[in-house]
Amino acid sequence: MNNSLIHQTFKITKSENRPALLTYTVAGDNTKKKSLEILKSISKYADICELGFPHNTPIADGGQIQTSAYRAIKNGIKINDVFLIAAKFKKLKKDKPIILMGYYNMIYQYNENKFIKKCQKSKVDGLIVVDLPFPENKTFAKKCKKKNINFIQLISPTTSKTRLKQIIKNSHDMIYYISMLSTTGGKLKVSPKKILEEYSKIKKQNLSKNVVIGFGITEKTIKSLKKADGLVVGSAICKEITNSIKKRQNTVTNVTNVVKRLKNKIK
Amino acid sequence: MKLKKNVPLIDQHDKYGFWGGKFGGSFIPETLKKPIEDLTIKFEKLRKNKKFIKKRDFYFQNYVGSPTSFVKLENLSSHLGGAQIWAKVVSEANGGAHKIYNATVHALICKAMGKKYIVGDTGAGYAGKMLSMAAKKFGLKCKIFMGAKDIQRQKPNCDAMRKNGAVIVPVYSGSQTLVDAVSECMRYWVSNCDNTHMCVGSTVGPNIFVKICGWSTAQISRELKSQLIEEFKKMPKIIKLINCVGGGSSAYGFWSEFIDYNKKQIELIGVEAGGPKNSKLHAAPLSRNAKIGILHGAASYVCQNNEGQIHETESISAGLDYPGVSPIHCFLKDTKRARYTFATDEEALNAYKLVTKFEKLNPSLEPSHAFAEAIKIAPKLSKETICIVNSCGDAKKDRDILKARLGKY
Repeated sequence: MNNSLIHQTFKITKSENRPALLTYTVAGDNTKKKSLEILKSISKYADICELGFPHNTPIADGGQIQTSAYRAIKNGIKINDVFLIAAKFKKLKKDKPIILMGYYNMIYQYNENKFIKKCQKSKVDGLIVVDLPFPENKTFAKKCKKKNINFIQLISPTTSKTRLKQIIKNSHDMIYYISMLSTTGGKLKVSPKKILEEYSKIKKQNLSKNVVIGFGITEKTIKSLKKADGLVVGSAICKEITNSIKKRQNTVTNVTNVVKRLKNKIK
Repeated sequence: MKLKKNVPLIDQHDKYGFWGGKFGGSFIPETLKKPIEDLTIKFEKLRKNKKFIKKRDFYFQNYVGSPTSFVKLENLSSHLGGAQIWAKVVSEANGGAHKIYNATVHALICKAMGKKYIVGDTGAGYAGKMLSMAAKKFGLKCKIFMGAKDIQRQKPNCDAMRKNGAVIVPVYSGSQTLVDAVSECMRYWVSNCDNTHMCVGSTVGPNIFVKICGWSTAQISRELKSQLIEEFKKMPKIIKLINCVGGGSSAYGFWSEFIDYNKKQIELIGVEAGGPKNSKLHAAPLSRNAKIGILHGAASYVCQNNEGQIHETESISAGLDYPGVSPIHCFLKDTKRARYTFATDEEALNAYKLVTKFEKLNPSLEPSHAFAEAIKIAPKLSKETICIVNSCGDAKKDRDILKARLGKY
């Protein structure tokens, strides 16, 4: 899959000697229209956009993303709207990779094959399924690959060495390293040095894989992890949406400013 | 899909943890893979270890208080006419419900794994209360996750948990009931799995938790089997084992020794929570034909919408108020070994009234659902039919609800 847009994007950021900035927002937060506007606006600074399809029983998400997900569901987001948002975004920004992220039950109910087809049609570049770990995800990942969709494997500090090797072997262009034992949005409780040490262990296995780090990354911590191929910020963005709504301020402007500042820190 | 004979049901899964090829599994975030693998290896070792079994049996006997009694409900039987109604009074167990078996085993496993902290979820508060008791007994620090709505409606159990030194973490997300408590507990474990052991309060969750819980509650049917032989000299010809089903831990425990029997001889009847009579909401995924979905790390029948969003549930009984159900019950349903039905809030309340009027028994709202079914079917059955209800919880915890609904407790 070396020609994938995701891989190309990492090539560019590497040539610029900086990590890729990946953002995570929830589709439909706080409305369908607004979430597309936010996506369009932040993609000026983000290299890859992750778009969450919200689930109401998210077992790996912390408070900020839960709040965003509940808000989006309350405002009526449906899975087909998520595809619509992705497609509209890709129409305008065809060179910007978009990754859908969510929980397996939504895919299961939609039907795996239909879901992947719909991803392809909407020009989705990658998929992260939080609760479909390796090796249970092997068949699904293969199906994705066939349709040129990157299935993104996750690795955590608890992943054993043998498992690590197998996961990397079965991964596509991008691997997501979870920085610490936490749900999304936790306070970074491990030193950046330690995180980068673990990160190097993954990189050493196969240098051609693009490894991004996520969980606990904020404006405060992002600079310290700059050596990675890519860095994911989610909860900090969702939190800004919540705060902007509370203060009755413009969510698009405020969130864009956060992403802009994040980008400046790792340039 | 077929049941195997002479193999405990909890072990009849494939290498990915699925019963019948599609129920169960372990749909978990990567971070939990290792702790769950460690737990699986440890548990498989422990259950083969004679010393561990001895320890378990010692605590079951001297701490839980085994065996719980098996009694005939003479007055209720003659009032209804028809089948004989018996009760396995599991609520006599230490703490007042079957949840003590799972809690005790988890505390023993936690100790064996060298962990000092134990966390668990609770709906009716029994799983939480028992875990707090076991934690205290074995010197573990304990946190219990409980929906804010449940904290309000099950106050007596909350008082007990606090008295045992456990910290109750109120969960305000979603419907603020058991489903959210389980989610929050799993999230906590994701963040603290290096030093903390998690106890799932029923036969739900990732494969290994279904197994540990089922292995623990199976004590109920081991006792019942010998009590039946003792009482009737041989296995009676027609038995109906009636049990309420929320997650399904007491039902599995009540049935496990009897699954290999022909269903014409021993029928297994599970009673889910039908919710208020006039409400669309319920907690009965098996008997009201919910679709298969993934909830809390396992595939089972789940109350959900077309998109896969989990439905809110409604039941007078906090212990049954859960949108999913154990994968092993889905397996028993699809193989047609067990029959599942539901009782409404009103039927459960009426059953409670009738049972307490005729018998010296005080079943909580959960087993009152099972009694409702027994009361419904007994008059139509022969005198030789032995209907046994698992009276798996004591109504003390329900006193506020019973007072409000019946005017007295």
